[in-house]
Amino acid sequence: MANKQQVKITINGRPSEALIEPRTLLVHFIRESAGLTGTHVGCDTSNCGACTVILNGKTVKSCTMFAVQANGGEITTVEGLMKDGQLHPLQEGFKQEHGLQCGFCTPGMLMSSLALLEKKPNPTEEDIRWGISGNLCRCTGYQNIVKAVQYAAGKMNAAQGGTK
Amino acid sequence: MHKTSPEVGGMGHAIKRKEDLRFIQGRGNYVDDISLPRMVYGQLVRSPYAHARIRNINLAKAKAVPGVLAIVTGEDLAKANLAWMPTLSGDKQMVLATGKVLFQSQEVAFVIAEDRYAAADAAELVEVEYDELPVLVDPKKSLDPGAPILRDDREQKNNHIFHWEVGDKSGTENLFKSAPVKAKVDAFFQRCHPAPLETCGCVADFNSATGRLTMYMTSQAPHAHRTLFALVGGIPENNIRVVSPDIGGGFGNKVPIYPGYVCAIVGSLTLGRPVKWIETRSENLMSTGFARDYHMTAEIAADKDGKMKALRVKTLADHGAFNAAAQPTKFPAGLFSICTGNYDLQNAFCEVDGVYTNKAPGGIAYRCSFRVTEAAYLIERAVDVLAQELKMDPVELRRKNFIANNKFPYKSPLGWTYDSGDYEANLTKALDIAGYAALRKEQEEKRKKGELMGIGISTFVEIVGAGPAHTFDIAGIKMFDSAEIRIHPTGKAICRMGTKSQGQGHETTYAQIVAQELGIPAADVTVEEGDTDTAPYGLGTYASRSTPTSGAATAVAARKIRDKAKKIAAFLLEASEADLEWEPGKFYVKGSPSKAKTIQEIAFAAYTNVPPGLEAGLEAVDYYDPPNLTFPFGTYIAVVDIDKGTGEVKVRRFIAVDDCGNIINPMIVEGQIHGGLTEGLAIAFMQQIDYDESGNVQGGTFMDYLLPTAVETPNWETDKTTTPSPHHPFGAKGIGESPNVGSPAAFVNAVVDALAHLGVKHIDMPITPWKVWNILKEKGVTG
Repeated sequence: MANKQQVKITINGRPSEALIEPRTLLVHFIRESAGLTGTHVGCDTSNCGACTVILNGKTVKSCTMFAVQANGGEITTVEGLMKDGQLHPLQEGFKQEHGLQCGFCTPGMLMSSLALLEKKPNPTEEDIRWGISGNLCRCTGYQNIVKAVQYAAGKMNAAQGGTK
Repeated sequence: MHKTSPEVGGMGHAIKRKEDLRFIQGRGNYVDDISLPRMVYGQLVRSPYAHARIRNINLAKAKAVPGVLAIVTGEDLAKANLAWMPTLSGDKQMVLATGKVLFQSQEVAFVIAEDRYAAADAAELVEVEYDELPVLVDPKKSLDPGAPILRDDREQKNNHIFHWEVGDKSGTENLFKSAPVKAKVDAFFQRCHPAPLETCGCVADFNSATGRLTMYMTSQAPHAHRTLFALVGGIPENNIRVVSPDIGGGFGNKVPIYPGYVCAIVGSLTLGRPVKWIETRSENLMSTGFARDYHMTAEIAADKDGKMKALRVKTLADHGAFNAAAQPTKFPAGLFSICTGNYDLQNAFCEVDGVYTNKAPGGIAYRCSFRVTEAAYLIERAVDVLAQELKMDPVELRRKNFIANNKFPYKSPLGWTYDSGDYEANLTKALDIAGYAALRKEQEEKRKKGELMGIGISTFVEIVGAGPAHTFDIAGIKMFDSAEIRIHPTGKAICRMGTKSQGQGHETTYAQIVAQELGIPAADVTVEEGDTDTAPYGLGTYASRSTPTSGAATAVAARKIRDKAKKIAAFLLEASEADLEWEPGKFYVKGSPSKAKTIQEIAFAAYTNVPPGLEAGLEAVDYYDPPNLTFPFGTYIAVVDIDKGTGEVKVRRFIAVDDCGNIINPMIVEGQIHGGLTEGLAIAFMQQIDYDESGNVQGGTFMDYLLPTAVETPNWETDKTTTPSPHHPFGAKGIGESPNVGSPAAFVNAVVDALAHLGVKHIDMPITPWKVWNILKEKGVTG
């Protein structure tokens, strides 16, 4: 195989470095080189979104991107949501509103929801449904995921003193 | 039933799920998350042809790929007598092809390499020479005299698998002869796939030093799989441990044993290293666990006033290349004979013929208690066709024919004894929520304006919770299920069951049953499933059987513990057992409630101050054999609008009133209904695993086999009625599958209702915009 390449990616604030084949998928770098298995592979074709992570502020489907393309970048995965031992309001929302069942899509769903709320702190139901439309869930029928995102939006807005 | 406090969280409390904390932190443990020292990766080589003879397999180039450790072919397996394996339907299936392949994507070779990239590279380089053979994709041609014989391994030289019939043929014929009204529908329930978001996979770890095989696998039935591995593979059963870790959805897909699992075991035995095998999405859709594929005809004989007399059903079942349906031994067509629905008929007759085609094997119970979905869809469709024939409102027709409340337990003409039901009250509640009369009025007005709106009703009944052991077994193993509860000295508990959650929330609901029965807070009860070394034997989770079987076992085991706790309490309180009263969490002396011992105090005494003559400890196990199945039911109402220009169907409202008996956790029940309805929506409007005439799969990716996103999925309006099961220890019936079973008919009935005035009587699923647009064009509605 082609010459291996040194790749360094900051994941959840911690640098992760590995010598990898250039064709190594980002999701495999995250799961196997960095050992963070919260990011899942559901379809290998970027349809399902279970592998969604945030790279340099934007959601990407990490199963359809090479790790070398993310070299030097900053990634947030589901493991990076919790701060100071506290659940992120989105994590709390998913639990409170029963926004998950088997849990396989949940990490990707959380990352897409996070990106949505960063762009639109007060999303309408339609905004939320479009915001997670790149993520498939086979268990919940989405209704409670919508509620979970609304729960988080409410909580995050209240924490910021109700500012937009 | 005692009502427990929210802190205890027994039956009926919508407590939050215990399993969620790990999932929302990305700390679940799915099979692909398992990584063992020295682990290697397997990749299957699959056939591009649907029917072909294998002339030669050349491994030279593949073996030259750096990192490749071994390549296994069918010929290699044949030497170990493992080229074929038994299916759960008394047929056999090739593990790796020898001689010929019978469906596109059939397993031909298994490459094992140091990493998954090398394995994939080498799999690409395995050269297989094929001679193409004539392909059979239409099951209606399977029995033609000139049809190619697909299974030349069988003594029987045709493509017929089974004929199965039930009911009174001549009695039914007689009613048809004299009936003034007859309705008939030909309905095809298309080939679907459960498509859980996590595909199937495993890590097989054979330890040559101990002789022990640990099999981490996506299994809905870990114990049954352990026994089958022992029987087929010859490994002593005590040397096999199956561990089913967190499962990313199952829906029936993870009940059968697939060739990939067997290859991984063979690989680990050969190399002495752990072998991981994980399906890609296309492999999952193209080769494992399809469902339905029933070509059905239903006829109803009725009076002019709409009283239904008899039902006649004839079905052709396409089982693909191997009959790998996962179902009880005595039921080649599963529980399809529930097809008389919740209607009180004088007689019925049902027959099913199964045939082979060049398609992937299966016939699994996708979110369905063995062909109940097909049956419910058929009868609910047929009743609507009859209503159309009679020019009667479909609600009125259903009401006229419901099994009356005073007839339970009700013996159906096809042999089932329905445990309980109140169909009228359930229907009425749904109609009230929908505002049925107003909807009909709106429809009438819209029709005058040329707009297309439809209202679809489905009043379905299910048959779940297999099963009574006298009737039900899987591969000979009786379909009881189990629970073991151990109370620790400090009053906390651990329970293990023979079932296996795939997202249903068992860690929460089983804990709630213990909380209800013993008063130990659900938060103090740990539930563990899926490890055959620790859990009591059971048949697993499918067919909505967890609550009816292991749920019942949990209650019975808890009651055994309570009986012992009573003896300990009597000793501690220096009272006679007869003088003790129970309320959740404590025994007290009748008339003096302050003289009491809590379950925690009793648990401590069970280890520290055991009454003379009593064994120490506080634990119990129960293997529960249900006396009957349970019969959940419901009324679903779909309201749809059709875009005349595009043929697109918009589901404006969907009302689901379910009756699953007594409810353990209403939040979880509602979640199950949302999810099941969304799967029903997909089946009705989007999904089909279709084949072209050469046997090429047309639904092998998520771009061809559509899963609804949040945008296409409507908000579901749910409610309930409660008719407890009289024979279940706490009156529950099961819910997981109802929404998937009952909803397809509601959607289709709504679309047909919207087009009924144009003379449309039936449309086969999936009802795509293209299909509707063509009908509109043909009827001159659109240009």
